[in-house]
Amino acid sequence: MRVAIIGAGVVGSLIARELTKYEAEVEIFEKYPDVGWGVTKANSGVIHAGYDDEPGTVRSKYCARGNSLYTKLSYELGFPIKRTGSLVVAFDDEEVRVLEKLLDYGKQNGVEGLQILDKYKSLEKEPNLSKMIVAALWAPSTGIVGPWEVAQAAIENAIENGAKIHLSTEVKGIKKENKKVFVEVDDRDYEFDFVVNASGLWADVLAESAGVKVTPLHPRKGEYILLDQSDLVRTVIFPVPSKAGKGILVLPTIHNTTLLGPTSEDLPPDWRDRNETTREGIQKIIENTKKLVPSINLSKSIRTFAGLRPENDLKDFVVVKEESMVNVVATRSPGLTSAPAMAEEIADWIVQIGGLKLNKNFNPYRKPIPRPYEMEDKEREKLIKENPAFGRVICRCNKVTEGEVIEAIKRGARTLDGVKLRTTAMFGRCQGSFCTVNIMKIIKRETGIDFGEIEKNLPSSKVVDGEIR
Amino acid sequence: MKMRYDVVVLGGGAAGMGAAKGAKDLGSSVLLIEREPFTGGVLNQCIHTGFGLQVFKMELTGPEYHEFYRNKIGKFDALYETMVLNIDFDGNKIKAMNSDGIHEIEYGALVLATGARERPFEALRVPGTRPAGIFTAGLAQKFVNLENHLPGHRAVIIGSGDIGMIMARRLFLEGVEVEGVYEIMPYPGGLTRNVAQCLEDFNIPLHLSTSVVKIHGKRRLEGVTVAKFENNSPIEGSERFIECDTLVASVGLIPENDLVKGKIETGSDDGIFVDDLMRTNYENVFACGNNVCIHDLVDFTTTEGEIAGKNAALVAKGESLPPRAGIIIAGSGIRILSIHYTTATEPFKLYVRVDRPMEIATININDKPVKAAVNARPSEMIELTLNPQKIDLKGKIIVSAKGVKK
Ligand SMILES: Cc1cc2nc3c(=O)[nH]c(=O)nc-3n(C[C@H](O)[C@H](O)[C@H](O)COP(=O)(O)OP(=O)(O)OC[C@H]3O[C@@H](n4cnc5c(N)ncnc54)[C@H](O)[C@@H]3O)c2cc1C
Ligand SMILES: Cc1cc2nc3c(=O)[nH]c(=O)nc-3n(C[C@H](O)[C@H](O)[C@H](O)COP(=O)(O)OP(=O)(O)OC[C@H]3O[C@@H](n4cnc5c(N)ncnc54)[C@H](O)[C@@H]3O)c2cc1C
Repeated sequence: MRVAIIGAGVVGSLIARELTKYEAEVEIFEKYPDVGWGVTKANSGVIHAGYDDEPGTVRSKYCARGNSLYTKLSYELGFPIKRTGSLVVAFDDEEVRVLEKLLDYGKQNGVEGLQILDKYKSLEKEPNLSKMIVAALWAPSTGIVGPWEVAQAAIENAIENGAKIHLSTEVKGIKKENKKVFVEVDDRDYEFDFVVNASGLWADVLAESAGVKVTPLHPRKGEYILLDQSDLVRTVIFPVPSKAGKGILVLPTIHNTTLLGPTSEDLPPDWRDRNETTREGIQKIIENTKKLVPSINLSKSIRTFAGLRPENDLKDFVVVKEESMVNVVATRSPGLTSAPAMAEEIADWIVQIGGLKLNKNFNPYRKPIPRPYEMEDKEREKLIKENPAFGRVICRCNKVTEGEVIEAIKRGARTLDGVKLRTTAMFGRCQGSFCTVNIMKIIKRETGIDFGEIEKNLPSSKVVDGEIR
Repeated sequence: MKMRYDVVVLGGGAAGMGAAKGAKDLGSSVLLIEREPFTGGVLNQCIHTGFGLQVFKMELTGPEYHEFYRNKIGKFDALYETMVLNIDFDGNKIKAMNSDGIHEIEYGALVLATGARERPFEALRVPGTRPAGIFTAGLAQKFVNLENHLPGHRAVIIGSGDIGMIMARRLFLEGVEVEGVYEIMPYPGGLTRNVAQCLEDFNIPLHLSTSVVKIHGKRRLEGVTVAKFENNSPIEGSERFIECDTLVASVGLIPENDLVKGKIETGSDDGIFVDDLMRTNYENVFACGNNVCIHDLVDFTTTEGEIAGKNAALVAKGESLPPRAGIIIAGSGIRILSIHYTTATEPFKLYVRVDRPMEIATININDKPVKAAVNARPSEMIELTLNPQKIDLKGKIIVSAKGVKK
């Protein structure tokens, strides 16, 4: 059975990987030059526990299940996850009642370990919290990941197990014709037996092209500030949720920085690439997060960014399963958390339709890029002996070695962001002012791409001009 | 591998080389550890002149200064392309990594000379997009001077620090259209000589009290919006769009001390607190150069390095140095001090920066004037020589600056 997956975000990637467990021919189409550069690139990276989705919603079905699947996924696919736990903090009695409601939702959704803590227990868990809080909902299963790392790992593993990926390939439309589906790309149509539309912000448009009616999407922007502070908070800190969503958080990232955000701003439907930050947004983040954690030190800011949520008026995921097509639409939050559960269910559906057998050669494991900085001496010593490039540190902020950069290139990085999002070089406090040149030299040496041709990320994002003389 | 040296120097820039020389001159065995494949640090990419005027009375380029000084040191052991991973201050041991593996190095005394890093433009939280074409001045300088590539064709420079002004001139000379230099403060951030030699001589406009408020362009930079600023806020209605494909930011240097954070005392600007012997809170650990305090002139870092190296050698030999006797505190009118303690034994140099321009500034020690500086600016360090034989430098010493009219 030939299956096409449109979109190499976290949802498409995990579906692709899940399908390679069976005897399916999987081909992934991604319009960007690399994996995980859509919504998956810019979000909070929280693996939510599953207590804030009203029971009965589609979200509530997937979120807690997805959360629990992450432990095994992280082990098999070799991406880090940290179960930091989270606190939803209440500042008055009215907010405490919201905590009680969330506790109840959580119980109905099967979330384990939830507990309402008093002020002192909360401050014990998180000493930098505002002293004005009165209570907090503790959720031990909340975790953090590098979201794009999940997508990269899943795609690498899928390819290892036989899947094929077409990068920089935009799907113009999907046509269903006598039990076949056609994926239309610039110069040709590809024929498949089944198509999964996991195209994130454009999922409604592609669904429409195949004649599937879904509630239309609009982008909802979330802005962030990233701080070079590793010890500010240990857990994910939420205010009590409002109509606008889960609110503006303070959280540690898997890369030892602190993230503040996101805001929540609905944009017109045709603004699906308008991810710029705004003065108002940044101001709002500062005001809101300082209420939660007064000791935030803004002079430690290293960058701001924004992501766009594929939102609809239902404020819920829409998964439409048909004979020859599945559409996964409105992958808003908690889409990252839910993705493994969606992938599981969608793969089951396709397996049933196609009567697919298990792939006996399936290898569930993917080796991560070795990271000498985090190894024990013995292990490091051995690695460096095998390959001295793992002893040469290129990025001083995050201690990334030349070996890691070369490995990232082997795994498909061709741009600065490709290296950055696989190694964390240029991702730290100097934002690449020290290591960019060295990284470009390695890219040039390993791939032959000239300095003047290397892109930051998308086509037409060249870093520098050609040679001066 | 395991090794032992009397004095280990971390960082091979001007300060680290000074320390190596200082220690070697007193007969110590010296190991210098450097991340790059060569010594020189930031000097290597500064192909402009202006180095060495103070100490050597010569006007050299960065690489010339490096070569000149390197030859004065003579031979010493060094590990290049080597990253220090961790320092055990109680066990006097360093763990470092390079392509030969992991090394454990024991030291009698240690000198920290790890320099500074540039504050990235992204740290300013300027709204808008995040395209290619945004560089720190140091990165742009590396591309042009060392790699032979232009960052772009029409550039805006943000920040009038020395590196920003030097890069404005450099890009202009390479045929880049430099639209202007924008400085948020009402006065230039770098040396007066650089305003004249780098901007005025080439008719590059300097816009004071002005900065960028928005970045445009999805993939490559397409332009910036600038606005006039008052009290650190943009003035509404003063916005102006400038088309450009390159933004070069020179928005400050930050002492690079991540390695020693939590162990070595540092100030709010991340600089290491040392005494007049360049000694830190550990008896046998010294620090010098831009990781102590950002210097405008390389000469000062060399001098500091030599002092640190000399005292490190003495401690490594088992001599005991005088204890700290005074604490130096920045009072009103002073933004930055280079050292924060004194042993009150020998005369020593103290560098200060005032916190705003003053026509004539008197610099006071515990309210007693010790120096008058004409046309004092935050961008220019003022050098004081303090002699404990002449003034009381024990206990709490408050340094302040007062502007007086001509
Ligand atoms: C601000 C913000 C915060 C969030 N925080 C969290 C959180 O903390 N926890 C959580 O669980 N979830 C969170 N989410 C939600 C989560 O990020 C998303 O649900 C998830 O990343 C969506 O993944 P996706 O694969 O559906 O979309 P994407 O990552 O966008 O993947 C879709 C891919 O399809 C490609 N594509 C689109 N159209 C075409 C085409 N025509 N042809 C070929 N390729 C195409 C795109 O380029 C893209 O790579 C957040 C989202 C945002 C924006
Ligand atoms: C662009 C620019 C222009 C300047 N122009 C002038 C001028 O015209 N005239 C003038 O007199 N002065 C000028 N200066 C000032 C002067 O050159 C500097 O203050 C001085 O060179 C700094 O020396 P340093 O040794 O403290 O730091 P650096 O030169 O930065 O050296 C620090 C060294 O330590 C290494 N290092 C850091 N951490 C580690 C570690 N963990 N392990 C191993 N190695 C490490 C680094 O790789 C680097 O080589 C300029 C400075 C700059 C940045």
